[in-house]
Amino acid sequence: MPKIKSLEDLLKQKESAKDKLSLRKVAENDNVITLRVAMGTCGIAAGAKETFDKLLETIEEKKLENIRVIQTGCMGYCHAEPTVEVVEPGKEPILYGKISGDKAKELIEKHILNGELLQDSIIGETHTSINE
Amino acid sequence: MSSYKYHVLICGGTGCTSSKSELIKDNLENLIKEKGLENDVQVVRTGCFGFCEQGPIVKFLPDNTFYVQVKPEDAEELVNEHIVKGRKVERLLYVEPTEKEKIDESKKMPFYKKQIRVALRNAGLINPDDIDEYIANDGYQALAKALSMTPEEVVEEMKESGLRGRGGGGFPTGLKWAFAQRAQGDIKYVVCNADEGDPGAFMDRSVLEGDPHSVIEGMAIAAYAIGARQGYVYIRAEYPLAVKRLQNAINQAKEYGLLGENIFGTDFSFDLEIRLGAGAFVCGEETALLASIEGYRGEPRTKPPFPANKGLWGKPTIINNVETFANVAPIILKGAKWFRSLGTEKSPGTKVFALAGKVNNVGLVEVPMGITLREVIFDIGGGIRGNKKFKAVQTGGPSGGCIPAEYLDTPIDFDTLTALGSMMGSGGMIVMDEETCMPDVAKFYLEFSVEESCGKCTPCRIGNVRLLETLDKITSGRATMDDLERMRILGETIKDSALCGLGQTSPNPILSTMHYFKDEYEAHVLDKSCPAGVCKNLITYKIDKEKCVGCTACARVCPVEAISGTIKNPHEIDQEKCIKCGACYATCRFGAIEKI
Ligand SMILES: Cc1cc2nc3c(=O)[nH]c(=O)nc-3n(C[C@H](O)[C@H](O)[C@H](O)COP(=O)(O)O)c2cc1C
Ligand code: SF4
Ligand code: SF4
Ligand code: SF4
Ligand code: FES
Ligand code: FES
Repeated sequence: MPKIKSLEDLLKQKESAKDKLSLRKVAENDNVITLRVAMGTCGIAAGAKETFDKLLETIEEKKLENIRVIQTGCMGYCHAEPTVEVVEPGKEPILYGKISGDKAKELIEKHILNGELLQDSIIGETHTSINE
Repeated sequence: MSSYKYHVLICGGTGCTSSKSELIKDNLENLIKEKGLENDVQVVRTGCFGFCEQGPIVKFLPDNTFYVQVKPEDAEELVNEHIVKGRKVERLLYVEPTEKEKIDESKKMPFYKKQIRVALRNAGLINPDDIDEYIANDGYQALAKALSMTPEEVVEEMKESGLRGRGGGGFPTGLKWAFAQRAQGDIKYVVCNADEGDPGAFMDRSVLEGDPHSVIEGMAIAAYAIGARQGYVYIRAEYPLAVKRLQNAINQAKEYGLLGENIFGTDFSFDLEIRLGAGAFVCGEETALLASIEGYRGEPRTKPPFPANKGLWGKPTIINNVETFANVAPIILKGAKWFRSLGTEKSPGTKVFALAGKVNNVGLVEVPMGITLREVIFDIGGGIRGNKKFKAVQTGGPSGGCIPAEYLDTPIDFDTLTALGSMMGSGGMIVMDEETCMPDVAKFYLEFSVEESCGKCTPCRIGNVRLLETLDKITSGRATMDDLERMRILGETIKDSALCGLGQTSPNPILSTMHYFKDEYEAHVLDKSCPAGVCKNLITYKIDKEKCVGCTACARVCPVEAISGTIKNPHEIDQEKCIKCGACYATCRFGAIEKI
């Protein structure tokens, strides 16, 4: 490791080490948006793992810091898997169905960044999962 | 965002480590590898989360699930359920003692709600063995900032912050630094007092174990402020984990050039070494500590001269407590004003307490000064164990005293506690319930002081032994009212005449309990009774013939066969034989045995 010889060096080191803590700091934040991906057996069979990865990938790409992706058990909408629930502080949660691959990216770009709902993908009433 | 989907934080504090947290980590890591999830899950061993009583603690992120009392064999279920299936393992969640509710996130727990973590900002969050994680959380930025200021400006900022030493006395840190800055001398030293000898205290240990770099950074800033090149951390050898983490942190800081020559490319150079203490309480006293580093017996000397003028090897020396140093970097980085926004006018900031005794939530808590004793004991501490009545809280360890219920709403700071005849001390806080005997408590602390006295001065060496003898007379029912009065006068005299802080404060537990619990002392002396039912010589066990159903359970547990009676008939205790062990009292399921 090269020596840290200036504040710039330190900040560079901080930047490269930031990833180690970002997940932990997000978790401490009260204002964080949570994306809950249903990962029951059926969810995984329908490609929820790819959805999960795509969400993370997009978040990283857009350098979003106040958002976390959590996997949950089956939310009971097997027909619409993969399902993703968007929980924003102080708002009603929105449940989306059939979010696979590129749809996941769109969800972040539209819903999270622009505040636009993906009308076609919303499924009925959301509920509070027993995991909460 | 990192590419990890989960972070699993496992407490690596001394408490959790002694209940196998290391093995939990190994098991989790092995399982995660087996399932090919090592790129998804990062397992980190952190410092203490504070909630040691519920340990070992394992926290899952980003959903913040807080698992308590985890055993190594739980690892499999945690991986299979939480990570693979995304379901919380209900049975390992914390159950709130009063409402019996399960709480899954630490943020929602009453234990954490009123806490503000400054000194413990990184404990339980970062891996203390990884300097990069400290840097990622703004580490060493305060040092960089301090080096761009003049030493005078640094001292001025510290003065303005109003930070007072967390090692017990509460002396203004900025002022101490100003003295050392002004002192003449080409060689100066910075010393960290990590001796932590108070019975029950583990605040400093937790800071060092959970975030050693915060102490190193604080010491480096102090060194720059006064013009020192060399520092020492004096730490007791009984803290092996803290020593190991600190040594590792020092090594890493050296590798990065954050300790050593020309730090941040400036002409400031600073090096740091560890000195192990043998763990004598008096070695925590600053002049004794310095003598001990120099290789002499750890005996206090008279002050002045103060260490700021004549310290280590006669050179100007700053000596501060671990927690004091841990507060320095945030003050420099965020400014004195920010610091003053926490706490009270005369005692800004936060204080770490080791909350212990008869409260539901035992653990390490950091709260803003000015919070009331009631908030700490009832809101954070969750109230008294077993729904018993609160009697008193002991603060300040052997230097402090007991504060009764009528002062529960007192805001805690250095001055209020002293005004109540107690002390902030290093932050021990022991909660006592109705079954605590106050003369007996005073005896416990006095025994400690007598044992730890270095013997250099007469008031402490001989006076404390006389005090202890008198307490013994009281608790065994042999004392007169004259003894009480003599004890009070002797206590005051020792306070005024002892050479060092140990002797000067050792009568506090007696004087404060005599002041607030006079009735209880008088009951021991005049009525020969112990109202709390603790003092063996003053209690008798009796069987209530009405209530006794003759189950014979008591007779079977009595170690000296003092209980007689036949089955289904009332039993009786032979007072001559009874050794007052209390076994029968604890055994009777019919409440037939009375303690009077
Ligand atoms: C008997 C005795 C024991 C002490 N033990 C400690 C200790 O364990 N840790 C500590 O920081 N200060 C201890 N002190 C207080 C130190 O003498 C000194 O005041 C303190 O380290 C100064 O640091 P501060 O201004 O940051 O509090 C003790 C004092 C006495 C009289
Ligand atoms: S007060 Fe006690 S510990 Fe202090 S110097 Fe005197 S004998 Fe030693
Ligand atoms: S245990 Fe209680 S009820 Fe049973 S014989 Fe003893 S006093 Fe009586
Ligand atoms: S207090 Fe102990 S010794 Fe006395 S009667 Fe009960 S069990 Fe026996
Ligand atoms: S040692 Fe684990 S929570 Fe304190
Ligand atoms: S000496 Fe204990 S209440 Fe008595």
